Amino acid sequence: MTGLLTILILLGITIAIWQMVKIFDLAQANRDTSQVANDKDNSVNAYLMLAFLGFIYFITIISFVLWGDLPLVSNSASEHGPEIDRLMVISMVVIFIVQTITQFLLHYFAFKYKGEKGRKALFYADNDKLEFIWTIIPVIVLAGLIMYGLFTWNDIMNVNEDDDPLVVELYAQQFNWKARYAGADNVLGMANVRLINLDNANILGLDESDPNAQDDIITTELHLPVGRPVLFKMRSQDVLHSAYMPHFRAQMNCVPGMITQFAFTPTVTTAEMRLNPDIYQKVRNINKIRNENSKKLQAKGEEPLDRYEFDYLLLCNKICGKSHYNMQMKIIVETEEEYNEWISEQKQFKNSLVQN
Amino acid sequence: MSAHVDNHTHEDDHGHHHKETFVTKYIFSQDHKMIAKQYLITGIIMGIIGILMSLLMRMQIAWPEKPNAIFEALLGKWAPGGVMDADIYLALVTIHGTIMVFFVLTAGLSGTFSNLLIPLQIGARDMASGFLNMVSYWLFFLSSVIMVISFFVETGPAAAGWTVYPPLSALPLAQGGSGAGMTLWLVSMAIFIASSLLGSLNYIVTVLNLRTKGMSMTRLPLTIWAFFITAVIGVVSFPVLLSAALLLIMDRSFGTSFFLSDIFIQGEVLHYQGGSPVLFEHLFWFLGHPEVYIVLLPALGITSEVIATNARKPIFGYRAMVASIIAIAFLSTIVWGHHMFISGMNPFLGSVFTFTTLLIAIPSAVKAFNYITTLWKGNLQLNPAMLFSIGLVSTFITGGLTGIILGDSALDINVHDTYFVVAHFHLVMGISALYGLFAGVYHWFPKMFGRMLNKNLGYIHFWVTAVCAYGVFFPMHFIGMAGLPRRYYTNSNFPLFDDTQNVQILITIFALVAGLVQLVFLYNFIHSMFYGKKTVKNPWRSNTLEWTAPIEHFHGNWEGEIPHVHRWAYDYSKPGHDEDFVPQNIPLKKGEEELQH
Repeated sequence: MTGLLTILILLGITIAIWQMVKIFDLAQANRDTSQVANDKDNSVNAYLMLAFLGFIYFITIISFVLWGDLPLVSNSASEHGPEIDRLMVISMVVIFIVQTITQFLLHYFAFKYKGEKGRKALFYADNDKLEFIWTIIPVIVLAGLIMYGLFTWNDIMNVNEDDDPLVVELYAQQFNWKARYAGADNVLGMANVRLINLDNANILGLDESDPNAQDDIITTELHLPVGRPVLFKMRSQDVLHSAYMPHFRAQMNCVPGMITQFAFTPTVTTAEMRLNPDIYQKVRNINKIRNENSKKLQAKGEEPLDRYEFDYLLLCNKICGKSHYNMQMKIIVETEEEYNEWISEQKQFKNSLVQN
Repeated sequence: MSAHVDNHTHEDDHGHHHKETFVTKYIFSQDHKMIAKQYLITGIIMGIIGILMSLLMRMQIAWPEKPNAIFEALLGKWAPGGVMDADIYLALVTIHGTIMVFFVLTAGLSGTFSNLLIPLQIGARDMASGFLNMVSYWLFFLSSVIMVISFFVETGPAAAGWTVYPPLSALPLAQGGSGAGMTLWLVSMAIFIASSLLGSLNYIVTVLNLRTKGMSMTRLPLTIWAFFITAVIGVVSFPVLLSAALLLIMDRSFGTSFFLSDIFIQGEVLHYQGGSPVLFEHLFWFLGHPEVYIVLLPALGITSEVIATNARKPIFGYRAMVASIIAIAFLSTIVWGHHMFISGMNPFLGSVFTFTTLLIAIPSAVKAFNYITTLWKGNLQLNPAMLFSIGLVSTFITGGLTGIILGDSALDINVHDTYFVVAHFHLVMGISALYGLFAGVYHWFPKMFGRMLNKNLGYIHFWVTAVCAYGVFFPMHFIGMAGLPRRYYTNSNFPLFDDTQNVQILITIFALVAGLVQLVFLYNFIHSMFYGKKTVKNPWRSNTLEWTAPIEHFHGNWEGEIPHVHRWAYDYSKPGHDEDFVPQNIPLKKGEEELQH
């Protein structure tokens, strides 16, 4: 039904455009048939240029008002997060200023200097001083942004092993995530996909003879203690995946055949984040949308949607095949005690193997 | 004045009419003007296919759960009961990208206008090798056919994204589209690259060797500079993609391990060992990034010409414009790593690529400022071509500015592969280059077909497209910043993104309207080709040489001698002349000085 409706609407619009075309054609038959712009065209389009400038400003403002609270440029949950957010805001301010000024000049000039019969343009081909100015200004602004950006980047990517980070492996496969904790020794056991043995449930290909592997813990949920640096080692068993943890401003590809890494320190527990006013508001808004959708579903006799509760997420962000759109893992940031309790309940690798 | 090559004695042989049959005139033509038309029409057909695909994707994203009769009608077995299959969604993503980037905005744009304008604007009778030029078009045609045919193979077309990163693209076990569909994709691209290289070599040789008397490099119109440098970038970078494609074919079919290692899939360990997908990424983006400029520079070249002509003013800062084209070309070959900040590449390399990437903003800024200054105190003739050129500058600025965020490795971490990226590159290279293509078509249609396009339809086409382009891509930045990944078949598995869904619907509506208004252009194009108003020789009162050639096309371009060039292309509104334009073939008046540029 909706399909038919869509087709009808599309057909209607097509016919409308076609009719418009015919009207324009008829209007032209007995008038000036030159297809070069005349003074009237210039004038009309000049005003449209001004209107279009207004439209650009309008859509900018509307976007910020309506969707400005969607972006993840605040409420980051990792130690380096505010650093990235600050750089982002600075860059956005620079962009906003340049955008506002240049679009104004472009469209205003297009309006102001509209063509008139008999007028001559100014013959003005060059001005070294001007060009020097608008070469040097971007150079200075960009130099600042580059410096700031590079310091931030180095800060984030530099893993400090002295901090005694918690070592966790993120293991990607079509189409789910697993986490492997290094256990009491905090050293991950050796692993290779060639050692995978589905018969005895060695699903990540750990080296069963490696002493470091014995106390490793494999889970399908990622729990992290708040305030402790975490060093992620990423592995993939089949194709490229990307471990994207937007709330922590963290992302790294998982590449078959190599181990990649990314480190950050979570600073806000899941429970605290749920109470954050911004997040609280966002969740409420989402639940309002879900309620409305549920009503529609129930009217059709289908199951309503679950209530949404905020959770940190790990998403796959590199195209990886058919179910790429649903490759996710829940992340739970909790207090040290809660984490210790949880981890002590998990099965160690040596106990998880199925003995035949 | 630098030296020029005197080619007249040789070229004059071609000046007279040959007896041409239908086949040699319309099909296997060696005349650059006919080849340009062939490129344009093939490009438009591929463009229709590519845009249609994007509309299908947009409808799927906006209304993911609803069965859609359009899907069933167009996708057949891939949309049983009108519900789109997840694999075919990724295939649409892949082929849309491939077709738009390579087949429409590389071949359709550069192929059309380099072919049409290089000989006509430098004063040559044809390309250096008409035969290679013909071969180049027919290889392009062949590769287009293969790419379209790949939609009809049993296991579906390539679906690993237009970047075709292995292992996904290498393993039929990982994805249906990586079987025969991917083979056809690779074969098609290999042929496309051969076509592109033949074309580029021809453009370079023609520009260097066949300029008419007086046409020094510093008198070349900026269009030619742009086409010339584009061809150079193409020759430098396309072979690298060819090598990547060949190695991938080896990995897929002959058991090598260039890009693959340690893979366990569907219960079995594959034999591959020692390769690296990151190597493929390097090879791919060594072309992939310059490709952005292969798409963009010709559009900027066309814009320079159209803006100067219609502003009735010299282009501001000709030398700076040429220098920035060259600077962009050079920098474009050393920034590819900014697509790979989080690929597992050494973070130090990330720093280097951030540095080079942000440098490229400088010549880009110079170009934008110079366009704006060209408008200042002009006498703007707001023809449809001029509107599209101004529109190009606008989207080039809007899209280019967000490059400052994406080029910064630290910021890229969180917006990489989100809708933010989609918004950025569609504005800065997709829409901008498309506007360049439209500007070119509106401006040179009279030269191609001897008739004028209807201007009022042109105005409708531009204004609706311009509003919709911003309507589609401006809000898209915000859902990207909200962390929404691109290439998701549906977002309904993430309640987190429920509040972005109304934006998605709005975007889709803008996209559908934008798609529909292209029908106005299509109608205008086809109708005017046969029934449009006949053109005069120089309808836009332009300075460049193509407008001194007769309206009627024949192989050899000019009856009698090729015009000589006495001045640069931008003597618009020059004091001391009655008219507001002085074509390049008009000798300097007594006492008149040529502008030092």
